[in-house]
Amino acid sequence: MRSRIPVILLACGSFNPTTNMHMRLFELARDHLHQTGRYQVIEGIMSPVSDKYGKKGLVSARHRVAMARLALETSDWIRVDPWESEQDTWTETVKVLRHHYNEALRAFQSKEFMRNKHPTESSTGDSLSCQQPVLPELKLLCGADFLQTFKTPNLWREEDIKEIVEKFGLVCISRAGSDPSQFIQESDLLSEFQHNIFLVREWIQNEISATQIRSALCRGLSVKYLIPDSVIAYIAQHNVYTAESERTNQGHLLQPLRLQNTTVNPLRD
Amino acid sequence: EPDRKTEVVLLACGSFNPITNMHLRLFELAKDYLHETGKYKVIKGIISPVGDAYKKKGLISANHRVTMAKLATKNSDWVEVDDWESCQSEWLETLKVLRYHHQKLLSADVTNSLQDAVPVAKLGRKRKQEPNRHEPVKKKNQSPVVKSVPQVKLLCGSDMLESFGVPNLWKLEDITEIVEKHGLVCISRAGNNVQKFIYESDILWRHKNNIHLVEEWITNDISSTKIRRALRRGQSIRYLVPEAVRAYIDRNRLYSPESEDRNAGLLLAPLQKHASDPRSSQ
Repeated sequence: MRSRIPVILLACGSFNPTTNMHMRLFELARDHLHQTGRYQVIEGIMSPVSDKYGKKGLVSARHRVAMARLALETSDWIRVDPWESEQDTWTETVKVLRHHYNEALRAFQSKEFMRNKHPTESSTGDSLSCQQPVLPELKLLCGADFLQTFKTPNLWREEDIKEIVEKFGLVCISRAGSDPSQFIQESDLLSEFQHNIFLVREWIQNEISATQIRSALCRGLSVKYLIPDSVIAYIAQHNVYTAESERTNQGHLLQPLRLQNTTVNPLRD
Repeated sequence: EPDRKTEVVLLACGSFNPITNMHLRLFELAKDYLHETGKYKVIKGIISPVGDAYKKKGLISANHRVTMAKLATKNSDWVEVDDWESCQSEWLETLKVLRYHHQKLLSADVTNSLQDAVPVAKLGRKRKQEPNRHEPVKKKNQSPVVKSVPQVKLLCGSDMLESFGVPNLWKLEDITEIVEKHGLVCISRAGNNVQKFIYESDILWRHKNNIHLVEEWITNDISSTKIRRALRRGQSIRYLVPEAVRAYIDRNRLYSPESEDRNAGLLLAPLQKHASDPRSSQ
């Protein structure tokens, strides 16, 4: 019996704040991949974007990472990784994928090294180790709206999108009403690699946008049962979201757009 | 001025099979809405799971449903679970549950007022009064304003409101008393048909001031049916129900194809009752 391919799911985003919906994406993706019979999801990673992203209303990464950590306290397979948020500049998504893939590879290789050093231990291992050890795959987890941003002018580099879908793969969660397969068909690039794009339908609608959460908080409205209690307590304790925090980066261009604009500067050509 | 606001208790009746984050959200949305009108102060939320005698398909034992609701409200400082309805051996009309909680509220209110007003030395004499007789009781501070009677309002989603139209499910006089004497707080998704439904009903239209419509902008379709379906298929329900509820369901293996078949083929209790009652047709 062919052993399952180990998969790590990576979600990049603002997580401003982390909501129940963010965490649902992981659960849905894992269930879906398991039900194909071909994959075993071994880890989930939440990677909050750096402050340098320059998005309106983005509060400090220190808070966003802390809140994600609190939200994931009850999860035994998803964790938050602050690497991206700790970089000096904004990091392209493909670079974040590469970083985490290299980390996973290193962990895998050191485990293999240990296994070869102590061959008797492998007989008590799980089903993954009794066959030829399979290299883990890292897939980008996202919502359908994220997929749609591929067509926003100057937001993505073509070669980055190609590397993401070819080398890594996408797991894209969409609402019951929408169907991103048409969007994929309309793109030559995405169609070519559609075998590596997993579309998961979310039938239980739960569209808790972080923007709405922040808006509710500023109005003194309850967000209980939409985000974890521990995150609500943190936000209250540190006064994270206010009318003022919503004005952060107001009028500024998003960092990826800023970068693209400089590269297409006609004077430079 | 706090004394001018009407005190409200929100009562949610339903199967809660199981309770989900969506049920809990209804309370939060209703409370925020009523507070923002400036006219109400929500003092309590009550979850009243229906009794097993309701005979709905897939309805598991009330013990479990009450326990899960209690686990879910552990971290709430104002919403609690009441198991009176679930302990009754026969199915009870929603109006009866409303009346019960309203009466309970009035008795507690009168008792509190009596305690405020009565000097300790005269306690023995005052006890001869009927405890339930509601009369204005002057507080010690001799404020001339009578505190308004607290109200129990039925909290529901648009599906319950629209179920008023299902033949034989509700008695017309019950619906009338619910909206006239108590009131409804109905949470619905943006772009729903609730307003049209109210417009098309003479009874509801007449009492529309006592029907508070709250629009929920954050789409949150976490129905118990979908939760049970996910569980049967071995899919995760994390972050859709409180963690303690999820763990309880898991430990006790509550939902299965067998549990979904409970009461299959049986008629829902209200339909059974009203079908046999000649006075029941709307």
